[in-house]
Amino acid sequence: MIREITFLINGKEKTMMVDARKALAEVLREQLGLISIKQGCGVGECGACSVLVDDVLIDSCLYLAVWADGKKVRTLEGEQKTDKLTEVQEAYVENGAVQCGFCTPGFIMASTSFIEKNKGKNVTRHDIRKEHAGNLCRCTGYKKIIDAVETSMINDN
Amino acid sequence: MYSFESYEKAASTIDAIRLLTINPDAKLIAGGTEVLISLHNGKKGLEHIVDIHDVTELQNISLSDNGNLNIGAGATFTQIMNAKIIKKHLPVLSEAVGTVGGPQVRNVATIGGNICNGVTCADSAPILFALNAVINIEGPAGKKSTPISDFYLGPGKVALEQSEVMTSITISPDNYQGYSGHYRKYAMRNAMDIATIGCAVSCKVNEGKLEDIRIAYGVAGPVPMRCPSAEGKAMNQTIDEGLFRIIANSVLDDVNPRTSWRASKDFRLQIIKELALRVTKKAIERAGGVIK
Repeated sequence: MIREITFLINGKEKTMMVDARKALAEVLREQLGLISIKQGCGVGECGACSVLVDDVLIDSCLYLAVWADGKKVRTLEGEQKTDKLTEVQEAYVENGAVQCGFCTPGFIMASTSFIEKNKGKNVTRHDIRKEHAGNLCRCTGYKKIIDAVETSMINDN
Repeated sequence: MYSFESYEKAASTIDAIRLLTINPDAKLIAGGTEVLISLHNGKKGLEHIVDIHDVTELQNISLSDNGNLNIGAGATFTQIMNAKIIKKHLPVLSEAVGTVGGPQVRNVATIGGNICNGVTCADSAPILFALNAVINIEGPAGKKSTPISDFYLGPGKVALEQSEVMTSITISPDNYQGYSGHYRKYAMRNAMDIATIGCAVSCKVNEGKLEDIRIAYGVAGPVPMRCPSAEGKAMNQTIDEGLFRIIANSVLDDVNPRTSWRASKDFRLQIIKELALRVTKKAIERAGGVIK
């Protein structure tokens, strides 16, 4: 069940052989070493494996690797373009939104997607909560994460 | 790694039908949020997969010249939520599909998958019942259409042969023009949860009277359902507090919820009654009705 796929991973074109039975999360972690992706629940509840496919936020554990063929995949590893943290990452640090860190890469991708979609718009804390509802964090109680997204949106505007 | 034994990618709807015909054990996968979770949980019967994830002809959302709204079975909840046509003509559908799971799930899960699962808790189902939606199907014998109420045969069972593909949903103008609606999902959490009860109401108000009302529920019985006796009693009635009491009491004659680990039958009946009241009120307000 091996298939060839060609896709853009963090801006670089990649052609590789993948097993059609594998989830994108497995292929990105095991074959490409992109270990920012965490497998938490494996059933699309926790969001720790969140990545962007064609700029759409998905759980890579519930997404077959073959579906990435011809698409553009973004993981946390590709977001940092210089040796500085991204604005979103910086806002998480500033607001104390990182504790154990397991959920953080997934959250950063969710926040990145949210901020890109809502650039220049007035958003409420409720909007932020609703669009981060697919990511679980057992440490922070979410308040600091929402704060970080707010900070990041203010810095952005 | 998921444990299916064969995998075929369909290039089109016709190709999917061909692949399903060749392998009578094959099952379709679209968004994957149900099939992959079932595989993860070790469910049997999913050993052979036909993949329609990237069949773009199944993903169109359009408005026909005759006023029919067509929603491709492969359209994701996010695509439906954000589609300008849906926001303009059928905002209540946007509202309903916005209650599904969380963003990551809505971004990949399809409305066709939601319906073809045949489960009573499908968040898109009650409103589609209230809109008299028609399910379009394609198979080896050609195309056919069936009202959504006939499509649900029982828990987890829909009127779809193994080699058939649900292609789209049609809502005709006489079922949405002039109507306003509301969907409310009652669940234990505000997101990432399955409905304890889902209630959809679509109505038309004319000169202080209810010209038409459709009340539909999810999880109020083995399959999503309408409430014919409550609708019958409410039709053409003057909009006042007494009317809401009549509706709230008579929906209980239509529904048949059960006890599960999620909630007891009695609790569900209480929620059904309360939602009848609140959802109808909101739908009437949206339709421009004034409560006397």
